[in-house]
Amino acid sequence: MSTQIPKQTEKAEETEAETEAETPSKGDERRAEKRRRADEKRRQRQAEEAEKAAADEHTIELRVFRYDPDVEGKQEPRFDTFHVPFEKGMTVLDALMYARDTYDSSLTFRHSCRQAICGSDAMFVNGGQKLACKTQISELDEPVRIEPLPHAEVTKDLVVDMEHFYDQMEAVEPYFQTNDVPDGELEEQRQSRENREKVKMSTRCIWCGACMSSCNIAAGDNEYLGPAAINKAYRFAMDEREGEDVKQKRLEIIEQEHGVWRCQTQFSCTEVCPKDIPLTEHIQELKREAVKNNLKFW
Amino acid sequence: MSQSYNRGLIEDFSRWREFEAGMWAWIFHKFTGWVLIGYLFTHIAVLSTAIPAAGAEQAVLAAEADIYTQTIVTLEELLLVRVLEVGLLAVAVFHMLNGTRLLLVDLGIGLESQDKSFYASLILTGAITVASVPTFIAGAF
Repeated sequence: MSTQIPKQTEKAEETEAETEAETPSKGDERRAEKRRRADEKRRQRQAEEAEKAAADEHTIELRVFRYDPDVEGKQEPRFDTFHVPFEKGMTVLDALMYARDTYDSSLTFRHSCRQAICGSDAMFVNGGQKLACKTQISELDEPVRIEPLPHAEVTKDLVVDMEHFYDQMEAVEPYFQTNDVPDGELEEQRQSRENREKVKMSTRCIWCGACMSSCNIAAGDNEYLGPAAINKAYRFAMDEREGEDVKQKRLEIIEQEHGVWRCQTQFSCTEVCPKDIPLTEHIQELKREAVKNNLKFW
Repeated sequence: MSQSYNRGLIEDFSRWREFEAGMWAWIFHKFTGWVLIGYLFTHIAVLSTAIPAAGAEQAVLAAEADIYTQTIVTLEELLLVRVLEVGLLAVAVFHMLNGTRLLLVDLGIGLESQDKSFYASLILTGAITVASVPTFIAGAF
């Protein structure tokens, strides 16, 4: 089941033998022997696990996108198949972790908190952008096809380069700014309950990048801010504590050529958002804000 | 940073497998829009025959032998044109209904039920198209 390519292992063994021949010290021999035995053990265990998994009725078939630029023979992208025993409540991330820990330790993917708050493990699962730790295996058709997020460059296996996404997020200045600070030193900047309700959903963004990956417009226009960044802009533009002049500045950012007006209301971002943020609604509201801001009746 | 891989076609194809209502609405809207633009040109070409026809003599007009009447009659005799007219109606009706839907979306009305309004416009388009068939196809066969 190991995805190690035979050619590679042979080569590795060859070089091992060579170094042994050059320096035939006892310690090296012992270490080589140890390594060989560990390899054997691991291979045996993998074979056993694979057999067990194949015999077990409740196994899930995973098809995982693999690509590794650093290893010759893995530079051509391919799909690997893993059989993972199903457990109640198993998520896509659980299955991937099982596959990595049992079959192929080189299987690479980002994950951290496993409870849908760190936003590391957005992936393309069965043709849709999903948060792997929030997606139940039982809800998916088999085989489960797992790919890295579309419209981002793949660094390795399921890991994509998020740099462009972060750049777009930062472009909208995603932090609280205000010019009217209260007079008293210890006075708080209070937000009204209504205003908090208004921005509530938009604060839930976890920067996973699923929306950006699902957006057709963002795919064709690299300068487009994208749903996540516009949602961030919404969160602060709608915050009444920021004041008029800061809001004006924010509207200028989002109504640029590659800002809100690129959105063509396909609703893909709203559909894929793992935190159920009504992204399209927020973008549409900012469009109306931008129009209201520029319309002058005299 | 290490080398990265641009998946190109792989990711573009896999994107086509799972579309939601909003995406289909967008695609159909684009498609019908282009069809309507194409139709507009043929429409102008056909109507332009009225210009030479207007200069024709009274007798010719009375006998319905002028170029405008001739063009329309020849076109309407073709079965293909009759069928395409039904298609044109379907395309125009969908574009109108989905346009109304997009208007509501722009106004921020009923964004949660945008998929339902898309299905509604599809069904309504189908119903109107079917209802129009007798009118368009009458006497064609």
